[in-house]
Amino acid sequence: MPEGKLILITGRSTKQGTGLNKGKDSRDYQEAVRTLEMNREDMARFGLRDGDLVKIKTLYGEATFTCRQEKLPKGMAFVAYGSLSSRLVGGETHASGMPDSKGFEVEVVHLPRGD
Amino acid sequence: MEIDNVVCAFCGCVCDDITVTVEEGRISEVKNACTLGRAWFLGHSSNAHRPSGTVNGRPVSTEEAVEEAARILAQARYPLIFGLTSTYCEAQKEAIALAEVLGACIDCCTSVCHGPSGIALQGVGEPTCTLGEVKNRADLIIYWGSNPAESHPRHLTRYAVTPKGLFTPRGRKDRRVVLVDVRPTPSARAADIFLQVKPGKDFECLWALRALIKGIDLEEDAVADTGVTLAQLKDLADRMQSCRFGMLCVGQGLTQSRGKQMNTTAVFLLVRELNGFTKFAAMPMRGHGNVTGIDNVLAWQTGYPFGVNFSRGYPRFNPGEFTAVDVLTRQEADAALIIASDPVANLPRPASGRLSQIPTVALETRESETTKIAKVVITTAPAGISAEGTVYRMDNVPLRLRKVLPSPFPSDEEVLSRLLERVKELKHA
Ligand code: SF4
Repeated sequence: MPEGKLILITGRSTKQGTGLNKGKDSRDYQEAVRTLEMNREDMARFGLRDGDLVKIKTLYGEATFTCRQEKLPKGMAFVAYGSLSSRLVGGETHASGMPDSKGFEVEVVHLPRGD
Repeated sequence: MEIDNVVCAFCGCVCDDITVTVEEGRISEVKNACTLGRAWFLGHSSNAHRPSGTVNGRPVSTEEAVEEAARILAQARYPLIFGLTSTYCEAQKEAIALAEVLGACIDCCTSVCHGPSGIALQGVGEPTCTLGEVKNRADLIIYWGSNPAESHPRHLTRYAVTPKGLFTPRGRKDRRVVLVDVRPTPSARAADIFLQVKPGKDFECLWALRALIKGIDLEEDAVADTGVTLAQLKDLADRMQSCRFGMLCVGQGLTQSRGKQMNTTAVFLLVRELNGFTKFAAMPMRGHGNVTGIDNVLAWQTGYPFGVNFSRGYPRFNPGEFTAVDVLTRQEADAALIIASDPVANLPRPASGRLSQIPTVALETRESETTKIAKVVITTAPAGISAEGTVYRMDNVPLRLRKVLPSPFPSDEEVLSRLLERVKELKHA
């Protein structure tokens, strides 16, 4: 895994699923889709602590998340899919109709604390 | 008042054993549903405060909103109709008729969830069964790229893991559960075995399993860099061949990752070959409540399950050409009708951005990212709460949604049939 890069997995989470039923402006939904999970070693590698803001970039766009330590394999990040994660996904479907929504490389930019 | 046997249409499990209590015009209690279903019933039970419709953000009556929507769609040269997974089949039928009259492209959320499973089905077939058979017979359950604990919670308790069935009388004790995924999700707690595959390496593992069940002697090198060892795959292959009835549940981890339809093709081929040894089935873990329904209705009416184009007056199917992400990303669609879906939140930005540039009409029960950018919004009664109709469970079993609360708004079906009539008049004028 090159320095500053992670593989991003997007998916359903319980909080996102219940939150979207309360409304997409609800605090639960917003918190769910704005939280980026990473493993302990990667957080240390990027100098991140729980609650820090982190900017994620791809060729297609960028979004800022709050990061949280979770049990994940090294080099992987997870975010509940939604309006933030979809900013990072490209429109190419390789003749399948399906964009590459899971398992794509992202660049991690650590924002100074308090940003 | 307690109402029994209500159907939850939030996810593809479509549980039909829910009890809801209605008090003073609202749902006050929900029994038997999982946490997602409970939130769905409680969250969708009141939208009465919303305007009937809006045009450019200005509140209007349903009739005015339908009139403006009809005008936009009738004038468009290449309209896109998209969504349709959280509404019922009778409304979906109207949307397809509208697509035909408009010469539109019609696509549903299948293209961005299990489209690759549909493509694989067309290529090699899908050896499948019903969830009733899973409950009564399956003694080996494999979830591959799926996290049912968070996406389909009652799949575990009602159909596949813990329920007691005819040939699984001891429930959980009569089953072995395997989870294959790229990360240890909360579903790992429900599994006996967890295999952690590296992202993008599912195809290699599935292909190696096919070789192993054919008795081909693989070297460790064959599965190098997949995250799992040959011994783990041999153990899984043995379990697959020796079970009485196996079930492979196909998650979006397979359809949305590198390989896409090649991954699902590998699953269906593997499962087909396993039937040379024992009984085995596969089933896509369909997400939205009636995503299976729109595939069925589109297939009855056009021959194809998603990504259908009527611009030549007859249906054509070509994923990557007529699918929503492609039609929008290439900036081809010049108007859009979005039904019971929120593509602005969930489609990739290059596609969703197009929806803000063109006149978009949204039929929705509540505010969403899409209603925020839509030129015309028409508020409809939530299907399964204030509108009744047919939905399909993920195993293609049809069930009837019930109406448990009145609504001041028309159903999707009513709005779409009015829109269809009006578009026909404008087209013939
Ligand atoms: S599993 Fe799905 S259908 Fe069943 S109650 Fe939960 S959300 Fe509703």
